Amino acid sequence: MSDVLAVADHRRGELRDVSFEIVRAGRELAADLGGDLHLAVIAGDTEAFADRLSLAGVDAIHVVDDGVEFNHDLYAGATAALFEELSPTAVLMPNSVNGLDYAPAVANRLDLPLVADAVGLAYDGGLEATREMYGSKVETAVGVSEEPFAVTVRGGEWAAVEETADVPVEAFDYEFDESASGARVQGFEEVGAGDVDIADAEFLVSIGRGIEEEENLELIEELAEVTGATLSSSRPIVDNGWLPKNRQVGQSGKQVTPDVYLAIGISGAVQHVAGMKGAETIIAINTDPNAPIFDIADYGIVGDLFDVVPELIEQFS
Amino acid sequence: MKILVTVKEVAEAADDFEIEGTDIGEQFLEYDLNEWDDYAVEAAVQLSEEYDDVEVVSATIGPERSEETIRMALAKGVDRAIRVWDDDVAGADLDVAAKTRLFAAVVEEEEPDLVLSGVQAADDGFGATGVSLADEIGFDWAAVVNHLDTDDDLSTAHVHRELEGGIEELTDVDLPAVLTIQTGLNEPRYASLRGIRQAQGKEIAEFGLADLGLDADAVASPIERTAMYEPETESDATYFDGSADEQAAQLADVLRDKGVVSE
Ligand SMILES: Cc1cc2nc3c(=O)[nH]c(=O)nc-3n(C[C@H](O)[C@H](O)[C@H](O)COP(=O)(O)OP(=O)(O)OC[C@H]3O[C@@H](n4cnc5c(N)ncnc54)[C@H](O)[C@@H]3O)c2cc1C
Repeated sequence: MSDVLAVADHRRGELRDVSFEIVRAGRELAADLGGDLHLAVIAGDTEAFADRLSLAGVDAIHVVDDGVEFNHDLYAGATAALFEELSPTAVLMPNSVNGLDYAPAVANRLDLPLVADAVGLAYDGGLEATREMYGSKVETAVGVSEEPFAVTVRGGEWAAVEETADVPVEAFDYEFDESASGARVQGFEEVGAGDVDIADAEFLVSIGRGIEEEENLELIEELAEVTGATLSSSRPIVDNGWLPKNRQVGQSGKQVTPDVYLAIGISGAVQHVAGMKGAETIIAINTDPNAPIFDIADYGIVGDLFDVVPELIEQFS
Repeated sequence: MKILVTVKEVAEAADDFEIEGTDIGEQFLEYDLNEWDDYAVEAAVQLSEEYDDVEVVSATIGPERSEETIRMALAKGVDRAIRVWDDDVAGADLDVAAKTRLFAAVVEEEEPDLVLSGVQAADDGFGATGVSLADEIGFDWAAVVNHLDTDDDLSTAHVHRELEGGIEELTDVDLPAVLTIQTGLNEPRYASLRGIRQAQGKEIAEFGLADLGLDADAVASPIERTAMYEPETESDATYFDGSADEQAAQLADVLRDKGVVSE
């Protein structure tokens, strides 16, 4: 049998979206391979999670009932042990922040080739994965000539499976010695609270690294002022300390859904897009005609922000 | 204490580029120190300033050209550098496992107490080498670290791991460890003129596979890039043409139309 093992992702009592997406990636791959899809659920309220993940196309759910939250030693150990038990052809893990913290260890431990951050998977006698490179400017096809193999899948690339089914749930006994783990989670902290909640804004003027210097931010502030927009930004602006963390849009920042998102000098990296693709109308100003932001934009200006923004301010003054 | 920082020269594509075979044509690529590694270098140098007797060594896998980026790390306060390269490495499609084997051999040579690496490389975006290396060499680890404190005796690192959606995980990691560093951890310094001058005199040791006790098998990879192409644009964007003021006028009309700007 050429089975697929996929691992679910959850945090603070909630399954993360990628858990439902990885089921689709997994069941498509399992269909190509002609095998079963096994889903692993590790730590937390495994009973409730298994219940929610009893989805069409999943052949078996294996729960490791140990621990409350993600711990990479538990995840890496349990996934590797399950792999050895099931001998699948593929192990799929999410390319989430937690995935980044354990998937490479699983691949290394099992001596599997690893394709990270896949956005497409096909199997026809061998795995061919699709990945992006150079900040999403190009796509690549990646062939893997060895089996079994490990893949981490990018969130948001496969449609979530919602159709439920009656999937057998089995407890998988995995001995985890927490005291031997050299990494101990002490708690969580929410960051990025502040005076403004960009998630509430109807119109966001968002600035990226294209602004170059902190002084130039004044120009964008003026635009926000005359248009009544709320100011947000990509990550480098916050990393530089030019704007506070509560203004950051993206995977590790805020998710926003304004009526209009005006992205100025932002390339549209996947982690940025994760936070703003839900905007109703996306407008981008960028000097680079190949910037990935244009792929999701409704309106685009290929041009220099230092030429266009002053004219735009003029329009509203 | 010794800190090893893995650094990578990454390629960035020019606005207009052409694909040649399975890569972007060399003439359209510009090279720079990987952004995430810059923060890792800064973290290491700050630790060396904070504690006595800390040596910072950078390790890179890269061709001679990459010495330029390594010099940048040296100019910012890295004490010495190691560059791994030879004909076999040059000819290989290095996957995560191959890089892991090379860096593991460097670790065996150097015996660091702490390894810092960037979360990911900006060009190929695998985001896997640091954790894979940690597992290989039996170090503890933490990925996507955006805050780092150390105990005075340097036995434990108190880190924040930056999760999705503005949540951070507070974790204690025993040293020796590998930490993969996220941007925003610190403010990477600019290399001073003095630093740049000093960097010229610092050692960049070159290691081939044989020097590391490895052979060509170490870089054999079952993963191969078979094609590169520009993604079919899903874009149905309407582009505004004309001069900047004409473009701005059309954009202003859309904003008024959408009712988000009131005058
Ligand atoms: C785990 C992880 C989490 C992350 N989370 C986030 C997140 O939450 N949010 C986020 O934004 N990023 C996040 N990132 C970082 C992300 O990968 C990118 O590095 C970042 O989004 C790039 O920001 P940017 O588009 O402003 O900069 P760049 O990618 O440098 O883009 C700048 C753009 O400006 C254009 N430009 C330059 N000059 C001009 C000009 N004069 N006029 C017009 N255009 C110009 C350029 O053509 C370019 O497209 C994360 C990364 C990781 C690894």
